[in-house]
Amino acid sequence: MKTIYFDNNATTKVAEQVLKEMRPLFCELYGNPSSMHTFGGQIGRKIRQARRLVADLLGCDPTEIIFTSCGTESDNTAIKGALAAVPNKRKIITSRVEHPAVLTVCRELKNHGYTVVELAVDKQGRLDIAELEQQIDDDTALVTIMYANNETGVIFPIDRIAELVTARGVVFHTDAVQAVGKIPLNLAKSNIDLLSLSGHKLHGPKGVGVLYVGKGTRMSPFMLGGHQETGRRAGTENVPGIIGLGKACELAAKNIEQENNRVKYLRDKLENALLEKCPDSMLNGDKENRLLNTSNISFEYIEGEAILLMLDKFGICASSGSACTSGSLEPSHVLRAMGVPFTAAHGSIRFSLSRYNTEEEVDYTIEKMPAIINRLRELSPFVTK
Amino acid sequence: MWEYTEKLKDHFFNPRNAGEIEDPDGVGEVGSLACGDALRLTFKLDENGKICDAKFKTFGCASAIATSSVLTEMIKGKTIDEAAKVTNRDIANYLGGLPEQKMHCSVMGREALEAAIENYRTGGKKKHELKGRVVCNCFGVTESEIERVIRENNLTTVEDVTNYCKAGGGCGGCKGEIEKILEKIQGDKAGQVFETAPRWAGRLTNIHKIQLIQQTINEQIRPTLRADGGDIELIDVEGDKVIVAFRGMCAKCMLAEYTMKDVVEAKLREFVSDELFVEEDKESANQPHNHRA
Repeated sequence: MKTIYFDNNATTKVAEQVLKEMRPLFCELYGNPSSMHTFGGQIGRKIRQARRLVADLLGCDPTEIIFTSCGTESDNTAIKGALAAVPNKRKIITSRVEHPAVLTVCRELKNHGYTVVELAVDKQGRLDIAELEQQIDDDTALVTIMYANNETGVIFPIDRIAELVTARGVVFHTDAVQAVGKIPLNLAKSNIDLLSLSGHKLHGPKGVGVLYVGKGTRMSPFMLGGHQETGRRAGTENVPGIIGLGKACELAAKNIEQENNRVKYLRDKLENALLEKCPDSMLNGDKENRLLNTSNISFEYIEGEAILLMLDKFGICASSGSACTSGSLEPSHVLRAMGVPFTAAHGSIRFSLSRYNTEEEVDYTIEKMPAIINRLRELSPFVTK
Repeated sequence: MWEYTEKLKDHFFNPRNAGEIEDPDGVGEVGSLACGDALRLTFKLDENGKICDAKFKTFGCASAIATSSVLTEMIKGKTIDEAAKVTNRDIANYLGGLPEQKMHCSVMGREALEAAIENYRTGGKKKHELKGRVVCNCFGVTESEIERVIRENNLTTVEDVTNYCKAGGGCGGCKGEIEKILEKIQGDKAGQVFETAPRWAGRLTNIHKIQLIQQTINEQIRPTLRADGGDIELIDVEGDKVIVAFRGMCAKCMLAEYTMKDVVEAKLREFVSDELFVEEDKESANQPHNHRA
């Protein structure tokens, strides 16, 4: 059976060109870039090149790039590192819809004497910027707000937020794991101090991430040990991962606009058809300010995990904000923060596309989905005919 | 992705008896949209008082739909009294098992069946309602329901209770209360007469000895100590020497030595082997209590 992969916000296919770059680094060019010999030293050059490619995609200087092991490590490092640099300040401002890599870290910090403000969002998942401004005070050490939401795709006005946060002398971090490669960035012109990204969300390999630390941002290292990454992140470099990520960034930079247009066309076609063909369905999130690849739709009266398993039978991969898919008993914290009724949250499905999807796949899904929804509704006690 | 059995998948993709019986003899409705799963069970009796038809309508995940489907199959052909004996374990076993976090689906099946039987017995008048004090407000779970899943499934942790009846899975505010209910029931159990022969008759292997010691501590000794705010942990077994550590109040108790001989050693000799003697592990007595032990 053919796999139709509409779960690209979870992870993406590694681009063939990326794998090609990585392959020789396992058995042939396996040296340690810290070594004194030529064999290891040549790896150092490759890493410098990868750093340059990442910096080009982000529009920053290569010295501002720290390689990490994943997006979560970047978030942890950014938050804890920024707080450690201003030990006398005890307040963190974040949002209710952050990824657990940020939210769990912030909530844990409450146990260490920090006050954490989780900003609310409106029904469309948008922040109230005035409220954010109001919350910033002399005790605020850090503001951390995601660039784009992984579940709904809603994009926050990060450049504006960064400007007003840093104008008050507070450090600003953004988890841009879902944004990098989909939204063109130019960090040199923005006020963002710290930014996290993850390799495997943009057709790079798993196990590599980046923390951008803007020049002049005070940060204490999180991982201690050797002198790698100029002492800001110890540990032998994940060489194949870093080189792969460099290539992935190069590819993303090259065709970001052209691919976005195609992905958006496919996403819109899928979304419009499903909303039209399935009664009692609705879109979650701000329709205008949204990642071009993401569509989060709620189907009333039925439950997301059941929908996913039915889709799975046709080889269609998606995800859900329902309680049952996570093993927890409550549906997605993002949808609940938006005030999406429990009923609709349980029946929410997220489709997230990539440049590898085809129109044929979209058409096939449009063909299968209404029957799945109908079938489950036939079983549901809440549908009365 | 959940590890579902083939049987469960079969019942999800090909549900049996989906729908609703017109003019049923019994109707059971449990769960709600907000809770994430809900089941409406209807059945009809034949002239001999046996369930001749049963149908379900379910809102929920794959395992909720599959458990509903097997439930209708299981009760068909049974009398009301026979059907009333079906437990959530029976439903889960019929499917070849459920993931732990999905056990609440089997409990929902049993609850719907009970509600339908009650509805039948009261002549269609009575609808399912919560009885007794509600402990978990997020999911509307009562004390008696929590006690029941603990007893029927031999649950020992709050996490188990959440997996089986959802209580504690929302805001988590009732977890302390669930802990108390667990302790109460474990205490009751200790008071019961040991049903099976307490002593191991055959040759006692090391593995079996250690298992028996742990079991005796869990069932016979710990509840007694807990009643006084103490606890005990098995540290090691070396031949016939059983090394334990006292926790909580026991660790500071002046009478610890007396407890050691009179309670711990006596119980272990009674239920495991006459040869056993007990020693206290002083070193670990100062360490923080490990709740998972």
